[in-house]
Amino acid sequence: MAGDPYAVPAVPQAPDGSVAPGAAGVPDKPPSTGADGDGGDTLVSITDLKVHFPITSGVIVQRKVGAVRAVDGLSFDVLRGETLGLVGESGCGKSTTGRAILQLEKLTAGQVFYEGADLARLHGGALRRQRRRMQMIFQDPYASLNSRMSLGHIVGEPLLVHNLRPRGEREDRVKELLNLVGINPNTINRYPHEFSGGQRQRIGIARALAVEPNFIVCDEPISALDVSIRAQIINLLQALQRSFGLTYLFIAHDLSVVRHISDRVAVMYLGRIVELAANHELYGEPFHPYTQALLSAVPIPDPLVEERRRPVVLAGDVPSPASPPSGCHFHTRCPAAQKGLCDVDDPVLREIRPGHFAACHLVSAADYPKIRSAEDRAAAAGTAAAGQTTPGGDAS
Amino acid sequence: MSAQGDNLLKVTDLAVTFDSQEGEVHAVDGVSFAIAPGETVGLVGESGCGKSISALAILGLVRMMSNSTIGGSVEFMGRDLLALPEREVRRVRGRDMAMIFQDPVTSLNPVLSIERQMTEGIENHLGVSHSDAVKRSIELLETVGIPKAAERLHDYPHQFSGGMRQRVMIAIALSCNPKLLLADEPTTALDVTIQAQILHLMKQLSRDYGAAIMLITHDLGVVAGMTERILVMYAGRIVESATAKELFGHPHHPYTVGLLRSVPRLDEPRKLTLQSIEGLPPDLAHLPPGCAFAPRCVLRTEQCRLERPELTPTTPGRLSACFHSDKLMATAVV
Repeated sequence: MAGDPYAVPAVPQAPDGSVAPGAAGVPDKPPSTGADGDGGDTLVSITDLKVHFPITSGVIVQRKVGAVRAVDGLSFDVLRGETLGLVGESGCGKSTTGRAILQLEKLTAGQVFYEGADLARLHGGALRRQRRRMQMIFQDPYASLNSRMSLGHIVGEPLLVHNLRPRGEREDRVKELLNLVGINPNTINRYPHEFSGGQRQRIGIARALAVEPNFIVCDEPISALDVSIRAQIINLLQALQRSFGLTYLFIAHDLSVVRHISDRVAVMYLGRIVELAANHELYGEPFHPYTQALLSAVPIPDPLVEERRRPVVLAGDVPSPASPPSGCHFHTRCPAAQKGLCDVDDPVLREIRPGHFAACHLVSAADYPKIRSAEDRAAAAGTAAAGQTTPGGDAS
Repeated sequence: MSAQGDNLLKVTDLAVTFDSQEGEVHAVDGVSFAIAPGETVGLVGESGCGKSISALAILGLVRMMSNSTIGGSVEFMGRDLLALPEREVRRVRGRDMAMIFQDPVTSLNPVLSIERQMTEGIENHLGVSHSDAVKRSIELLETVGIPKAAERLHDYPHQFSGGMRQRVMIAIALSCNPKLLLADEPTTALDVTIQAQILHLMKQLSRDYGAAIMLITHDLGVVAGMTERILVMYAGRIVESATAKELFGHPHHPYTVGLLRSVPRLDEPRKLTLQSIEGLPPDLAHLPPGCAFAPRCVLRTEQCRLERPELTPTTPGRLSACFHSDKLMATAVV
């Protein structure tokens, strides 16, 4: 915060014995906060999760010529009853992560433990029984409901599949669920096209709740909805969490919404987690340069704030996950990147402060890079050496 | 708005109606506003409120839709575009009035090179030779921050990323030095960090080129930083018009209040619950007789159900279409 008018900080990286922990491709230590150990507060535990999609070439004989590393070595825990926000730009692998946790994508490597059980080892009936505890709410309420099924069928199907209620009670249960999410229970014989986007999302939520899950992956549940409807759905999700003790993995790109709903937040970039911390920590004092840039780029709906806001404009685009940059994946766009370090060594997700993890060489408990906008750098340079110092000897 | 002759664009009573199976849909229902040269105006509203159709109508693109009827007038640089023959409108569109659409993937032609798509407009509108048009295209691509512009000119749209495609769109829009730039959700399809790049670029260019911008978006954050004046649309009508600072500081329409309160803000303390607008946006084919927002409004009275409020001045320079604006004006802040 105060002082330190340099854009590029000194690198007090030496004390913690360089990059020991993840050296030989060993997975990063799984970041779980507080009550550690197996079980305890942890509901879902993810260890070195990798999902690579093959790139093939050839018409008849498909040869594998490469891989899109959508998710490339994630380790984190989801604690019981919390909302863990997962943010990042499109293509960073956040949706794939959500799907992989529910075993909707085949894992290339790594494990997903749900209440201690390794999901990747379960098949058929055993997996289906576990899946009952885990559900998903999808982004697009237009694509995620079968348009040829009535509401009663859509919401009632999970009951049937998992054989949850006796036949006679199913309709009552469906009505109860619809009521719960704010849909008139008398519409049970209607079809999805008769409902608006917000209502459909409510129906999708009712379907997810039908099997009484503990854990729900919410994949961009509000980004397809109108502004005035978003708050309704967010409030509904929070109310349901309170009444049923649900645990959410909330995947979104909207940083304001994630801040509103999450207890802890993980930031992803190119298939990796670059920072993970409690909500107030991450938004209050982001360590990783990427997190800082992301947060500064969010427009605030207030012209007076906007006048003063100086976003860090990152140069360039997100590189392709098929050929991620060497070393730190972010070094090509990072204003603080150091030659010979960041483009060579792959930073490991380390616990900088209790519960606050970051994957950056330049971050230590004592200091971290403070990324600033071009205007701020120019202003600092102007005051420092009243003459015509060229701004930004560090970046671009 | 006061001095009549100063307007670059003056839209009066614009109405667009579509015939559908469910009857007439009043997509735009009596919209009037003006834009001065060099001014940046935001048009805010949710999907289906008529903001995009308004832009298409201004560009003269609605009349190409077979099931539409269009009313009112769109006066641009002193001429009513709706009364002009298509041949004449085509001289204006793409030259004095340019547009940037939401989706850079579908708004560029995938089978034509960027060179072809850029030079086409320049040659047609400015009457220059192909080699001059190529030179100008390279300059423009450099202006919008595309590295190795001369080489990239031969590339096709799929060889560019989303943010880069939007830069190309902006370069095409600027190619004939437009007086007015209509940007319809220009950053909605982009990521936050890329959005920051594009908004930064648009701000810079509007300053350098002196073009007026009409920015159409649902994102209150984007208009707050980009525009001087804001029009809020709901169900085909403008419900509030004010400067950005006035509107965000002290909205005079309950819909605007609802919108502002329902969005979580990064710069404010976290709230336990968000204040949401109850109910759903209305069906444009079956609008209620009174105020279209009344069914969702906390301030509604019997009058709102029966009569439709007109857009009327509240304080100098501000307009609001609500019978109860005075109640909102009396309260302190949002």
